[in-house]
Amino acid sequence: MSIISNINKAFDHRIRLGIMSILMVNEYADFNMLKELLGATDGNLASHTKALEKVEYIKVEKQFIGRKPNTRYSTTKLGREEFKKHISALEKLINKQ
Amino acid sequence: MESKDYLKDITEIKDLMNKSSRFISLSGLSGILAGIYALVGAYFAHGIIAKIKVIKNPLKQFFVSFDSVETLLLIAISVILISIITAFYLTRKKAKKQNEKIWNKTSKRLILNFLIPLLTGGIFSVILIAKGYFDLIASTLLIFYGLSCVNASKYTLGDIRYLGITNIILGLLSTQFVGYGLYFWAVGFGIMHIVYGTWMYFKYDLKK
Repeated sequence: MSIISNINKAFDHRIRLGIMSILMVNEYADFNMLKELLGATDGNLASHTKALEKVEYIKVEKQFIGRKPNTRYSTTKLGREEFKKHISALEKLINKQ
Repeated sequence: MESKDYLKDITEIKDLMNKSSRFISLSGLSGILAGIYALVGAYFAHGIIAKIKVIKNPLKQFFVSFDSVETLLLIAISVILISIITAFYLTRKKAKKQNEKIWNKTSKRLILNFLIPLLTGGIFSVILIAKGYFDLIASTLLIFYGLSCVNASKYTLGDIRYLGITNIILGLLSTQFVGYGLYFWAVGFGIMHIVYGTWMYFKYDLKK
């Protein structure tokens, strides 16, 4: 049953899994890039990024590009480790079948 | 039932990782066409060079070859320009189909990383010309073009890595056959583009 315990509840949603997937292969991504790639609404995406921020899997940086506010996200070390664990747990579950 | 969902998760993760870090709308067909343009260009260039070689009078040969440089350059530049326009047009079409924007972070990153080795090679060739080392220009451009493809492969469909490696090998080989640069170009820029373009066309363009 140790496999099941590695399935991380924080990633148990399409959008949250998506945010992590994108941030794993990019140094950082801004809000609009995530929105475009995931096809999510502003409110929906914001609530999921907040959830991931709360468990400290992602970092949020707010800055200004010219006059426009820009929010960009990146993974934390903890987030990367947890995501890798989650993926290998998923793979093990699939291979078991 | 559940494992099916997990499989879908994994597929979606892979898809997002690719889509967010690589520009995947690069058209294979544009590679094929670029290869054909290069072969047509090589054919005309070959004709001009063959005509110069027939001239017996060395002084006359010198003047005719001097005049032909412009025509040869014009052929080369036309081939490159038409190839770029074709690639842009077909890639835009494919991007529209795949719902990807043609001018986004991934395409900018792709172009930048493709251009760094390519422009280095271009400048280096100009330096070679200025210093009168004509023998290695054909090889230099093949090698640097190959390096550009290898470098760019990290930011788009990975297959162009092999196109790059093939061109690097051709470039290194051509250093041993000075005077046959045009044939190596016809193979590297012409035939190899057609081969890899066809491969990518069947692998990616047809499927989606």
